[in-house]
Amino acid sequence: MPKRVLIPTPLRQYAGKSESLQLEGKTIGELLRNLTSQYGDLKKHLFNEEGKLRSFVNVYLNDEDIRYLQKEDTPLKDGDTVSIVPSIAGGAVSSALQQAVELSNDEIKRYSRHLIMPEVGMDGQKKLKAASVLLIGAGGLGSPAAMYLAAAGIGFMGIVDFDVVDFSNLQRQILHGTNAVGQPKLASARHRILDINPNVEVMLYETRLTSENALGLFRDYDFVVDGTDNFPTRYLVNDACVLSGKPNVYASIFRFEGQASVFATKNGPCYRCLYPEPPPPGLVPSCAEGGVLGVLPGIIGTIQATETIKLILGVGEPLIGRLLLLDALQMRFRELKLRKNPECPACGTRQITTLIDYEQFCGVQQAQESSPGSEWEITPLELKQRLDRGDKLFILDVREPHEYQICRLEGSHLIPLGEIPQRVAELNSADEIIVHCKMGGRSAKAVDFLRQAGFKKLKNLKGGIDLWAQTVDPSVPRY
Amino acid sequence: MLCIDEASLVAIKEHGQRSYPEECCGILLGKVFDDGTRNLTELHPLENRQTESRQNRFLIEARDMLRAEKHAREKGVDILGFYHSHPDHEARPSQFDREHAWPWYYYIIVSISQGIPGSLTCWELDEDRSRFHAVEVGLSTSAACIKSEEKSHA
Repeated sequence: MPKRVLIPTPLRQYAGKSESLQLEGKTIGELLRNLTSQYGDLKKHLFNEEGKLRSFVNVYLNDEDIRYLQKEDTPLKDGDTVSIVPSIAGGAVSSALQQAVELSNDEIKRYSRHLIMPEVGMDGQKKLKAASVLLIGAGGLGSPAAMYLAAAGIGFMGIVDFDVVDFSNLQRQILHGTNAVGQPKLASARHRILDINPNVEVMLYETRLTSENALGLFRDYDFVVDGTDNFPTRYLVNDACVLSGKPNVYASIFRFEGQASVFATKNGPCYRCLYPEPPPPGLVPSCAEGGVLGVLPGIIGTIQATETIKLILGVGEPLIGRLLLLDALQMRFRELKLRKNPECPACGTRQITTLIDYEQFCGVQQAQESSPGSEWEITPLELKQRLDRGDKLFILDVREPHEYQICRLEGSHLIPLGEIPQRVAELNSADEIIVHCKMGGRSAKAVDFLRQAGFKKLKNLKGGIDLWAQTVDPSVPRY
Repeated sequence: MLCIDEASLVAIKEHGQRSYPEECCGILLGKVFDDGTRNLTELHPLENRQTESRQNRFLIEARDMLRAEKHAREKGVDILGFYHSHPDHEARPSQFDREHAWPWYYYIIVSISQGIPGSLTCWELDEDRSRFHAVEVGLSTSAACIKSEEKSHA
């Protein structure tokens, strides 16, 4: 005779949506084995790796806990009802944070240089331990910020990143070492942070920050540190910070220049007060296009860490309402006053009540759509085939001279993108011209320009010399 | 979304206030509408069964759950989730909460600061247990809640 098994609501999704099932079994153990062989997904929720019932799973025979009967050997008879019953636990503080009230002797030793400062002291150090910080990006800025915040004893650190470590990251992203190339950035970040300070509770979010997930992610944290390298995400971070009332410790870097500020505090301005509109796509080059001095994120990222720590401790004068600018070539810091814009749609009039499509807001989509169609493109493999056939092609390299020194395609002619309008006479419209740059972006602009100048036999090398190096000639260095 | 009536919101906050500086806990009972919205119809305040560290731990034992499950079956409702308080701590789930949480259930957390009820939030564990995501809490008299209920009856 089958016995009745009652399934609790959270497990019904794994048990064919049934509230109760009829199953055979002479003992509880046999009945549960029949249950999990019929509904395989239930197994991992009921049993741990050793095959033992999980500690928060209780099994009752009628009204008795089987722990007080014969456990899994408890015999069953007709008409019995077996209930799977969750017990529920929780609490305000995690086991690690619970100690935040008191610092251990090891921690007192670790933080001694903080503890003897009147601005930090025991109270301040406990504040740091109780604080939670979410870092957006584990790259150039995120690396020093995460490492110094960990060393300083931040209790709870979240990191959002979905990237994989690349050789070109190692010049500045000091969270990641040579061994980590090809691995997710989050893995090496976690390893490095816990090596610096095992007391930090690290939460990893291997995802792109989106309008859908941002508010949910921010909710768990006191402060957000923006280490992103693009405008859509920067506006997204800002708006999500304003909406959720979390201070946004902002920075950005380019070549020898950096800037930092603290946005979205209660009475301070936000990023939109400074830049109400994004720049047209392509106008401001990214670090991948324009380069960045490797040390620069080290300086600016540590400024972000410093500001975060000041905000947590409630000491000093944070960069609220001030934009700090660094020109490392001149080694000069300057400061601009920022005012909260009463007309700001985010923090002023509060017209922005939900997160929008930031790619669209920043014109990224239109930029992609307006690029010339595939008839104007050639892949590195196709180019290689045509060269091997002996086709006569004019290869135009529109990169900068210092890039040309790193690597070049054989027989190519260099005219940097900015000089094409003046030097267009050097080109012959009768030639078939293949235009390339590093990744394909600048050459697309050159193709656009030359098309309008009347050139017809033109092709843009898709993915630039970088994709050539990946798919055709691995001896070409990638940079 | 969790739809909840004003009186129940007050009752949860008062339970947290009464139990301060210890944590309070209880069970949320009600119905799941067709569109997934959950509508609270009953609250079962419970005694915190945790024997130590009650200022930052709560425990709902299986025997309380068994009783509540039985009651729910008789009344034709479901256990929607649980509530508990965080005395002098923010209303966000802790690592401990996550380690011990069950999927599907909604977890209401009310922060009680210096004995005064503060913010009230609601959470659900992600399928892969990696984190909690916030669940919207709406008054059962709100348009969204009424609409979900009507759709469910239609």
